[in-house]
Amino acid sequence: MSIKRLLVFAIAGAVLALTSGLVAAQETVDLWYHGAGNEVERGILLQIIEDFNASQDDYEVVLEEFPQGAYNESIVAAALSGELPDIIDVDGPVMPNWAWAGYLQPLNLSEGVVDDFLPGALGYWDGELYSVGLWDAAVAMYARPSDLEEFGIRTPTLEDPWTLEEFNNILETYDESGQFEYALDLGMNDAGEWYPYAFSPFLQSFGGDIIDRDTYLTAEGVLNGEEAIAFGEWWQGLFENGYAPGTSQDGADRETGFIDGRYGLQWNGNWVAINAIEALGDDVVFLPAPDFGNGSTIGGASWQFAVSADSENPDGANAFIEFAIQDEYLAAFSDGIGLIPATASAAGMSESYSEGGPLEVFFELSQEQAVLRPVTPAYLNAALVFRRALADIANGADVIDTLDAAVDDIEQDIGDNDGYGF
Amino acid sequence: MTTQTAKPKRSNGASDYKRNEAIVGWLMVAPAFLLLCLFLIYPFFTAFTYSFTNQRLISPNPPEFVGMRNFNRLLTLRFFTLEPERDVDTGEVLLDEDGNIEYPRLRNFTRNNEEYPQLDGLREFNSWQWGENRIVLLASDIVFWKSIFNIFYFVIIVAPIQGGLALLLALMVNQKLTGVNIFRVIYFMPVVISIVVVSILWQFIYDGQNGILNSILNAITFGNFEPVDWLGQPETAMNSIIAMSIWQAVGFHMVIWLSGLQTIPFVLYEAAEVSGANWWQKFRHVTWPGLRSTAVLVTILITIQAFGLFAQIDVMTRGGPLDSTQTPVFQAVQRGFEQQDISGGSAISVVLFVMVLTISLVQRYLTRERTA
Repeated sequence: MSIKRLLVFAIAGAVLALTSGLVAAQETVDLWYHGAGNEVERGILLQIIEDFNASQDDYEVVLEEFPQGAYNESIVAAALSGELPDIIDVDGPVMPNWAWAGYLQPLNLSEGVVDDFLPGALGYWDGELYSVGLWDAAVAMYARPSDLEEFGIRTPTLEDPWTLEEFNNILETYDESGQFEYALDLGMNDAGEWYPYAFSPFLQSFGGDIIDRDTYLTAEGVLNGEEAIAFGEWWQGLFENGYAPGTSQDGADRETGFIDGRYGLQWNGNWVAINAIEALGDDVVFLPAPDFGNGSTIGGASWQFAVSADSENPDGANAFIEFAIQDEYLAAFSDGIGLIPATASAAGMSESYSEGGPLEVFFELSQEQAVLRPVTPAYLNAALVFRRALADIANGADVIDTLDAAVDDIEQDIGDNDGYGF
Repeated sequence: MTTQTAKPKRSNGASDYKRNEAIVGWLMVAPAFLLLCLFLIYPFFTAFTYSFTNQRLISPNPPEFVGMRNFNRLLTLRFFTLEPERDVDTGEVLLDEDGNIEYPRLRNFTRNNEEYPQLDGLREFNSWQWGENRIVLLASDIVFWKSIFNIFYFVIIVAPIQGGLALLLALMVNQKLTGVNIFRVIYFMPVVISIVVVSILWQFIYDGQNGILNSILNAITFGNFEPVDWLGQPETAMNSIIAMSIWQAVGFHMVIWLSGLQTIPFVLYEAAEVSGANWWQKFRHVTWPGLRSTAVLVTILITIQAFGLFAQIDVMTRGGPLDSTQTPVFQAVQRGFEQQDISGGSAISVVLFVMVLTISLVQRYLTRERTA
């Protein structure tokens, strides 16, 4: 009796051990994400993960979230201690730096799955695809049609944007009307990636750039050339003339200033367009950037997924990324937080970006105008330098000296890093 | 070991006991000492080493020794005389519309000019008029020099005011009155609140449009006060941070003064009272001498803390506007982590360390017990 019992236990134990062995065969794939604190975003991402885990038995994706402000530091710290997750969420312009530093490996997706993607949603470095995004973002000039009508200002189009002179006159008109605290809100309070993302297209439209894209080794002549100096002087004028609130702008004013009618125009991203529509209804339009002489452009590339270099499960990581970039999820993110779906077919499925949708214009903006920030590991530091220079010029620093200093800083950093592989 | 065996072994109870006691002592110190080594001494030596290399935060390139490069980049200063623009034919000095002397732009000398290789990459830190000429002080790293200038300004203002105010508060809350503990708590409160939270709150207070400070000033001047963007202007930003910093840490130093005050024997005051001393005489001849060592401690503590100014800057101004609130510690962190230049950040830390050490030693020397 007791021996029989023992046998039963032994068999049960063996079976248990075997099955648990089978369960362990399902490999864990870690995913780190930058959007902690955003419930909607989290909900959609969790849904994708749940669907993926249910769709196959080989891998189990596990999510870990970080607040955006601490995310990049967390990745760097993890890389230094060799603890990177399998799937890394990475901001588009930062990707080349991490790829160069050896954190990332090229993606290994099925042929053709990213063919229809917006250029801003694909991260290429060294000729290989390293990252892919479920969305892109776009920036536009928010305006109230009622004001435009009142001041007799024409509505610009992608083909025929406002020119520099026209735009300056518009700012003057808004300013002189006396109806606004400021004619134009640029979002100077947000002294992070917003500066290079939102403002470097102005510089490019003037004919300058952050780094010389022919060599990627210098900024001489592009960030302190005639065009860049013209941009810098125009930029300083915005604040000297009192057209735009400066670097000490309050975050709350940025959020409500345009909606409350205290700011005339606002340069802002598509991610707050839903709020503006809810508050202002029909009385808000999203206009393309002015053409300062070299075409009207906006910045491209947002957060994207990549696979870490020392991932133990690169196959699982790639499988998840390929699963996540299906149209239905692209549309879900768009509906949830207003981002631009990365494909035209997903845009058609989304509420806001489908034909006749309230934000359709942004898809066009992104498709037609988006210019990537310089694709080089040097961007990470150059962006900081650029941000500093713009803040200083806005605060009244000498334009030429500031741009010269910015060029020196960027070049010193490139030199210190042996040219970042260029 | 060998020296021990070479000596004749003595069996002395007292020395055995002493040795045992020493071992126990070392064992007790060991955990703290280990942690100190791990988190203070080891990082200090690595920072020192890094400052002579080109160590990056992340990079596939191996670090190399670069000698004094990082220090040269930080510390290089050079004077340069700019001569005015002259008319090619007459040799007369050219004047601009406002009647000021016109000078060639500095960038003509400091950028890619083969005749002045020693000026390459230098920037203007300050300039003075000297007759017709302009003397320019050039620096390789003006942000660093500004941060040094700023921190000295900060320390020179904060140290005496904070120390003095803390003493005043300590004297006030040292009275034997009912409810005095409430005031002690109130004054000490800012110290226990996280400095980040305090900084964010003061950002609201200093807000340029509808901040509390502007509203109050507006109310007490019956609307004659023009709102000031306290943190948004180079002229007011540092002073605003100074005022807030003094308020924030004054309670901490008050408690130290208070502990000093309470070590002064009450009989001395009674004796002074009997001798007919007035309030000031009691303070001058009883309180102040009794606070001597406390004063030394508070001065050195405030100085060292003030040199480490970081959190307020990080939250409220991030060094701006126009570098008016840059500080060495903020720059070290900024360079090391944001700009991924660990060697540059380390070099700043080393310079700051030498500076603070020197100042503390000088303070120590000036406040030493004089036996004369």
